[in-house]
Formats: sequence, structure tokens, C-alpha cells
Amino acid sequence: MTGLLVGLGLVALVVIWVIAIYNRLVNLRNQKENGWRQIDVQLKRRHDLIPNLVNTVRGAMEFERDTLTAVMDARARAMAAGGPADAGRKEGELTQALGRLFALAENYPQLRANENVKMLQEELASTENKISFARQFYNDIATKYNIARETFPSNMIAGPFGFTRAELFEITEPAERAVPQVNLSLGR
Amino acid sequence: MNLLEQQAANRRRTWLVMAVFIALFLLIGAGVDLFVIGNGEVFVPLATAGAAALGGGQAYWSLQHGDRSVLRSTAAEPVGDRLTRATTDAERFRYRQLQNVVDEMAIASGLPAPRAYVIPDPDPNAFATGKDPAHASIAVTEGLLDRLNRDELQGVVAHEMAHIRNLDIRLMTVVAALVGAVLLLSDWAMRAMRFGGMRRGRSRRGKDGGGGALAIVLLVIWVLAIMLAPLIGRLLALAVSREREYLADATGAELTRNPLGLAGALEKIEGVHGPTASIKRGTAHLCIADPLGLRIDNREGRWADLWATHPPMAKRIARLKQMAYAA
Repeated sequence: MTGLLVGLGLVALVVIWVIAIYNRLVNLRNQKENGWRQIDVQLKRRHDLIPNLVNTVRGAMEFERDTLTAVMDARARAMAAGGPADAGRKEGELTQALGRLFALAENYPQLRANENVKMLQEELASTENKISFARQFYNDIATKYNIARETFPSNMIAGPFGFTRAELFEITEPAERAVPQVNLSLGR
Repeated sequence: MNLLEQQAANRRRTWLVMAVFIALFLLIGAGVDLFVIGNGEVFVPLATAGAAALGGGQAYWSLQHGDRSVLRSTAAEPVGDRLTRATTDAERFRYRQLQNVVDEMAIASGLPAPRAYVIPDPDPNAFATGKDPAHASIAVTEGLLDRLNRDELQGVVAHEMAHIRNLDIRLMTVVAALVGAVLLLSDWAMRAMRFGGMRRGRSRRGKDGGGGALAIVLLVIWVLAIMLAPLIGRLLALAVSREREYLADATGAELTRNPLGLAGALEKIEGVHGPTASIKRGTAHLCIADPLGLRIDNREGRWADLWATHPPMAKRIARLKQMAYAA
């Protein structure tokens, strides 16, 4: 009788333990997915801001039509991108195209003095910051999730319940790291 | 100490601080019963009950609404209101940038965006307040917006965001509200004592000296408690303040991945730092730089450690720069 009770107690303990680990993994996975959506929100916001900027500077930058077209094309490609890897590359190209536009705008004193342009630059610089902070947060939480998924004892639960490995962002292009700094010096 | 331990420690300390304050209230109230109303002979727990209700109520209220009273005392205005009333493009740009930077730091820390406030004061300073990360506010002065560039502003906001994430804000806001309450109560008790003392003088003649030695000892303890109450309040505020400034600097640098932004901001704040007129004594420990402009903050040693609300600026800047070179 006592043996049976002890056995039941042990089974109950194991069940509670499994539930606790499972819930922790679900919680981390939700946070990770939430982080991912946050990146999406900010990327969309950047896509929305770009036509405004191009329209505002178009008049003054008549001779830089190629650069403006390049930005709009890069935007269209980024919006049509499929899958995170493809999107990552095309968003990187869009960032570079924007960087070139801002660098050229420096040559136009009337643009530099224009409050409207300044405000748009601030909004774009901020949106780019938000994208990279959202990625940073996503990477941190996804790393935590991956560690929980792969370390003992939670890996015994993660496998059977189908917790798959989270992909991390890698900032491989040095240009992507450099661009926000160019923007920041303009925004000042 | 990791984040979870820090949060747990802050929760514990919040309860401890509230318990100490309620005990102080009870002590003061019991003394009024014993020595003023009861004249050292009878004990009718009238003032004790009153003080318990007042202390408990005050503690609860400070937890729920302390942030609003702190913000009101500094005349802080929501940045949204400022934005709609802004007349020049430069002003609009500035407030918009503040809002953007606050949103960025909320994303970096994975917390809901706190409300942003502007304090109309030319001295650069900033603080955060609130009950928990979902009900938090960050306030910066006009002087801060005037002088800092974007990276530096981001560093300051990240520092405040770190206070929010570590749950420092709850503890600091409760302390701010309760320190004020204790000051008020000990003031009242002091008046009651003077009044009671006169009455006792008149009634002494017909009696034999009353409760004897015990009553006198209690009276001395009570008077000491009343006189020391503001001091105890101040010490509690200090204890919560110094260590966590370093921690918030480090967490902030982790959020922005740019320790030099905050280091630059601290250098500028240090450079122009006079007293921040609109920030009152009771809220000093909430701020990024001591608003009272006390010189003791820049000294070292045990005496300074005990009394200053903030660690020496030079030390904080040095630590941040070290982080930048190590990275």
C-alpha cells in the first residue's frame, strides 16, 4: 500500500515537472514569435514612409532621378520578398539604396534646411533603429529559446513535442551596420 | 545579480519599505494616544487606529498612484500635448524624436512603450516612475532635449528603461510618496506633543506622576522616533538608489549596444549641472543625476556612500567607457 502511494506520488511529480518545462518552452516560443512580428511591423512602416520621402525630395533632386528610382525599385522588391532569408537580403539592399539617397541629399542645402525632410529622415532613422532593436530582441529571446530546447533536461520534452530550432538573424553585410550612423549624423 | 534576482529583490524591498513605514506610523500614532490623549495613564487606541489606517492607505495609494503625484510635482507634461501645441518645426522635431527614442528603447527591451513626459526646466535631468512596466512613465527636462544629440538621448532613455525593467521604479516611487507622508505625520505629532505638554503641566498637580519610569522611557523612544522619522525616510531612499544606478547604466548600455552614448550624456549633464529647480527633494533618488546638485555625490568613502543619492559621475562615466573599449 505504502509502495503504491510512493509510486503514485513520484508519477505525479514527474507529470508536474513535464508540465512546467512544457509551459516554459511554449512561453519562450510565444515571446520569440511576438518578437518576429515586431520586426515585420517596423519593416512595413519603413515601406510606408519611403514614398513620402521620395515625393518630398523629388522637386529638389531633379538630377538624381536614378537614385530615387533605385530606392523605389528596392522598396518594391523588398515588399514582394518571400521568406525571411530573401526578405533579409532585400531589406538590406533597400537600406543601402536609402543610404545613398541620404548621402546625395547632403549636397542640396535647401534639402538640409527643409524641416519636412529633416522630420522624414528622423522617422526613417528611428524606424531603422527600431528594426535593428527588434532584431536584437528577437535574437536574444530566440537564443534563450534554443538553449532551453537543446539543454538537458528540457531537450527531452522539446523533441517529442515538436519545438523546432529558431533561426537567428546574422548581420553579415558591413554596409548594413554602417548605414544607421550616416543617417544619424544627418538627423542631427 | 541577474535580472530575475534583481526583480525579486526589488519586490521584497518594496514590501519591506512599506512595512517599515507602517510600523513608523503606528509608533507615532500610539505615542499620541499614550502621551497626548491618554495623558500617560490610559491607553485608548484612537490615534493608533487612525495612523494605521492612514499608513496603510498611504502605502496602497503610493503604490497605485505614486507615479502621478511625482509627475505632477515636477509639472511634467505628456510629450503628445507638447507636440500638438508646438509652434515651430524645430520644437516638433525635438518632441517627435523623444517619442521615437522612447519607442525604440521599448522595442529593444521587449516591454510596452512607457508614456513620455517633458519637464519645463532648463537643467538637464530625467527620471522614470510607475507601478510596473505596463504602467510606467519616463520624464526628461527641456534642458536635456536641448543639449543632447540623438545617441546621448537614447542612452539616457535606455538607462530609464533599465530602471523600469528592473522594477526599480516601483520601489523608488513608493519610497518617494511615503517619505513625504512620514514628514507630514512627524510634523503633526510634533505639534500634538507641544500641545499635550502644556496640558500635562496643568494636570500634574493632582496626580502622583502617573505611569512612572516605563512611561518616561516610552516617551523618550517616541520623541526620538518622531525626530528621527525624516532621517529614516531619507536613509531608506538612499539605500535603494546608489547601487542600482550602476546596474541601470550597464543594462542601458546593453539595450543600445552603445555605452558611449550614455557616457557622453553623463559628461554633458555633469558639465552644466546646477540644481534642477522643478524636482523636489523627495523625488531626488529617482533621477539620472542628483537634482539637488550635492557635492557629496562626487566624493568617495563610507560617509559619502551613506549620504549621497548617486554614485560619483566620474566613476559612472569611466565604467561606461570601459564597456565600450572591452566590446
